[in-house]
Amino acid sequence: MTTLAQPTAEVNATTPRPQNISRSMSAWRRRLLIGIVVAYAALLILAPLTALVSGAFAKGIGASFTALRDPAVFSAFLLTLYIAFITVAVHALFGTVLAWVLVRYRFRGHWLLNGVIDLPFAVSPVVVGYMLLLLFGRTGVLAPVLEALNIKVAFAVPGMILATLFVTLPFMAREVMPVLEAFGVEQEQAAATLGASGWQTFWMVTFPALRWGFIYGVILTFARALGEFGAVLVIGGGVQGRTETVTLFIYRALDERQYVGAYSAALVLGLLSLALVVGTEFLRKRENR
Amino acid sequence: MTNIPLVTAQNTPRRAPWGRWGIQSAAWTYVTLMLLIPLAVIFQDGLRGGLGELWQSVTSPIAWSALRLTLWTSALMAVVNAIMGTLTAFVLVRYNFPGKGLLNAIVDLPLAIPTLVTGVMLVVLYGPQSFIGAWLKDQMNWKIIFAPPGIVLALLFVNFPFVVRAVQPVLQRLDRESEVAAATLGAGSVTIFWRVILPALWLPIASGALLSFARAIGEFGAIVIVAGNIPLRSQTAAVYVFGEVESANRQGASAMSIVMLSLAFTLVLFVDWLRKRGRKDSEE
Repeated sequence: MTTLAQPTAEVNATTPRPQNISRSMSAWRRRLLIGIVVAYAALLILAPLTALVSGAFAKGIGASFTALRDPAVFSAFLLTLYIAFITVAVHALFGTVLAWVLVRYRFRGHWLLNGVIDLPFAVSPVVVGYMLLLLFGRTGVLAPVLEALNIKVAFAVPGMILATLFVTLPFMAREVMPVLEAFGVEQEQAAATLGASGWQTFWMVTFPALRWGFIYGVILTFARALGEFGAVLVIGGGVQGRTETVTLFIYRALDERQYVGAYSAALVLGLLSLALVVGTEFLRKRENR
Repeated sequence: MTNIPLVTAQNTPRRAPWGRWGIQSAAWTYVTLMLLIPLAVIFQDGLRGGLGELWQSVTSPIAWSALRLTLWTSALMAVVNAIMGTLTAFVLVRYNFPGKGLLNAIVDLPLAIPTLVTGVMLVVLYGPQSFIGAWLKDQMNWKIIFAPPGIVLALLFVNFPFVVRAVQPVLQRLDRESEVAAATLGAGSVTIFWRVILPALWLPIASGALLSFARAIGEFGAIVIVAGNIPLRSQTAAVYVFGEVESANRQGASAMSIVMLSLAFTLVLFVDWLRKRGRKDSEE
């Protein structure tokens, strides 16, 4: 499902056209089809995007900046970035391990492990938050253990990190796996034959080859973590100044009819995710050239 | 869930067997802790009272209407997405026109934008305070926001890439010779599309549409903003679960969660099976 990763090859349209169709009719059909698709994409995707930009600046750029300078917004951005960084750190390590195990080893239960890591794509974020609440909540399964250790997970940052980890689990493995598969084992075997240790082989041969899969996985995980809403809302509760991420701030601001603040924060968040994904794509295309 | 060619490093020299066991168990532990235990807990909680009680909670009027609304809006989205996604992929693969690169980039945009932000965008555009929203309400008495049309629009936005990106690569690899042959035999281009191109594309279209349907069942961020939370009118299954969790009704929340999870997992497994079958067909 992480189709973002595949750069689409441009196909030229100079292939011979069936001769018996009258040229004018096919040109007319061509124009009609292109028109329909462009109109659809413009209405569905671009119009709302433009509306958000104009909504954020409806009271002038100054008002938007004032709204963004609210300390609640600042602390929300800090918390969002904090959660996203921890999520990326955990998945960068374990996601790569997971990809490695799935590509390089055959074992009983391989199909299960491989199938299971796609599940978060199909689980509703609300259900993710609720699951964690059942585990870590006040009446949750692990409540006695947590109380004994005096750790707070639900309605606190650790729970929100767990929720974000769940939601972003597939990205890293799914980006690294195809690259690892394509790379094969010959070069590693050559390195090993030349006397390199396992670690040396990994860091000097395998990892450089995986670089783009790894970077892309990290960026997608990070972008997805920035935008997570439902799961962190349920497990975190969105307490202002304590468990309020940017998405939760936007939700509260809309509720309190602070439209300029909500729209401006939404715009900043959207642009941030967009810049990350588009920027990586751009870098990769340039390197491929 | 992809079928991976067997590439093993087991006979690479110098890799101690304990390293292999260690790394495998690390992967299993990670997945078990992160995914399997939380999923198991929800099934255990929802099935405590047996299937009968689960059925009763799901068929209570408010829950049932939320489930029905979710299913029909998702199904409508999947159908529109299948048609428009195929058309978009066709135009992107077969035609050259100014702005094609931009259109190709726009297709991926929804994957990069947080779904909550998508919801906010739609409210700004069609909400009661907006020009369009007010006009539609005054002139046509037609409501988009806080009503089902808004839900369908949000789902279409969020799931736009799935059919396009499933169909595009298949269409690119499609052999043009059979089309030329059909044309030589006197088939018009409409006949060629229906009889030659479409049969080759049904698998990616179906899997893209079904995957977007599976995702739509659980969509929350975009919908909670667009649809509001009006029971029996614009409350979807995910929003219903949220409400039940907020009001500490565990029975209702767990029951609906299990139904959503089962539906989504069945769909994902079915798509996986379809793809495997498709691959086998093409190998033969």
